[in-house]
Amino acid sequence: MSDTLSVSVHRGTSGARFDRFEVPRLPAQTVLDVVTWIQREADPTLAYRFACRVGMCGSCAMTVNGRPRWTCRTRVETAARDGRLTLEPLRNLPVVKDLVVDMAPFFAKWVKAEGVFTPRADLGADFAVVPPASPARAAADAAVECIGCGVCYSACDVVAWQPGYLGPAALNRSWTLVNDVRDGGQVARLAAVASDAGCHACHSHGSCTQHCPKALSPTASIAGLKRAVLRAALRGEA
Amino acid sequence: MSAARLFLLQRASAAVLAVAVLVHLATILLAVRGGLTAGEILGRTAGNLAWLAFYLLFVVAAAIHAPIGLRAILREWAGWRGRSCDVAMALFAALLLLLGLRAAWAVYAA
Repeated sequence: MSDTLSVSVHRGTSGARFDRFEVPRLPAQTVLDVVTWIQREADPTLAYRFACRVGMCGSCAMTVNGRPRWTCRTRVETAARDGRLTLEPLRNLPVVKDLVVDMAPFFAKWVKAEGVFTPRADLGADFAVVPPASPARAAADAAVECIGCGVCYSACDVVAWQPGYLGPAALNRSWTLVNDVRDGGQVARLAAVASDAGCHACHSHGSCTQHCPKALSPTASIAGLKRAVLRAALRGEA
Repeated sequence: MSAARLFLLQRASAAVLAVAVLVHLATILLAVRGGLTAGEILGRTAGNLAWLAFYLLFVVAAAIHAPIGLRAILREWAGWRGRSCDVAMALFAALLLLLGLRAAWAVYAA
């Protein structure tokens, strides 16, 4: 392990300017530790975003040596084997400054994909009983742990090619609600995810699944949506 | 037509094409290896309702499948969206259907 790490950091909003910093190497150092060191010790004008530092909030996601990742859960030795780091903001989102992106378009797509729980009118006052072993609940369980960090959205080439595409996270959220027996908004939801910007635009590259820090599979969720839409189309409902 | 219907139609036509293309290619290979001339092949297909039905199905499936796929490619790679693209693809489907039906009829009525 050399004593310092050579870190190239995206500055401004243009994508053209990178500043280089020499950062002291420490054992078990994370990429977030490196960014924090730069901001505290070298350049206080550096803008970046983090909150929990332990992989719960998802706010520290950045592009590290070309790959979208949580910086707090990425050790320097795994991401920068040759002692060099290039840090950029997440792809596919507007850059606010340096390493910070505007997440608003990302979450707007969750709303567009009807990723909002809409209670059925006939639920009644008592708790709805959802057997944990039921197939629908199991399908929702497999996708429900998303914390909305935007790593999959940044990894997705289809989002880059087709900016209107709802993207893996929003579609994954819709899939959990398609499998929620308490939800009454399924017709509108399937119509939203079956649009040209929806599940059929997915190329099944699997980049979202490859990069998801929670080891979820939005690819499988999108395939599930395609099946649900197909069934609705066969019934004449989509 | 909704995106869901287009998806359904493209998948269904793909299932037909998967079989039809194999039959078509196998037939060509067998016919050529056997040393048949074009005239001899047409002599066998002429008046054969089974071949006519097969190629009608093939042509209809291709006319459905190709424009839907081309539409998706144009939307993604050329940014051509909206009604003008949909109308152009409908015309492309009609052209494929017309040319295909003409060819299928020629094989039957040769």
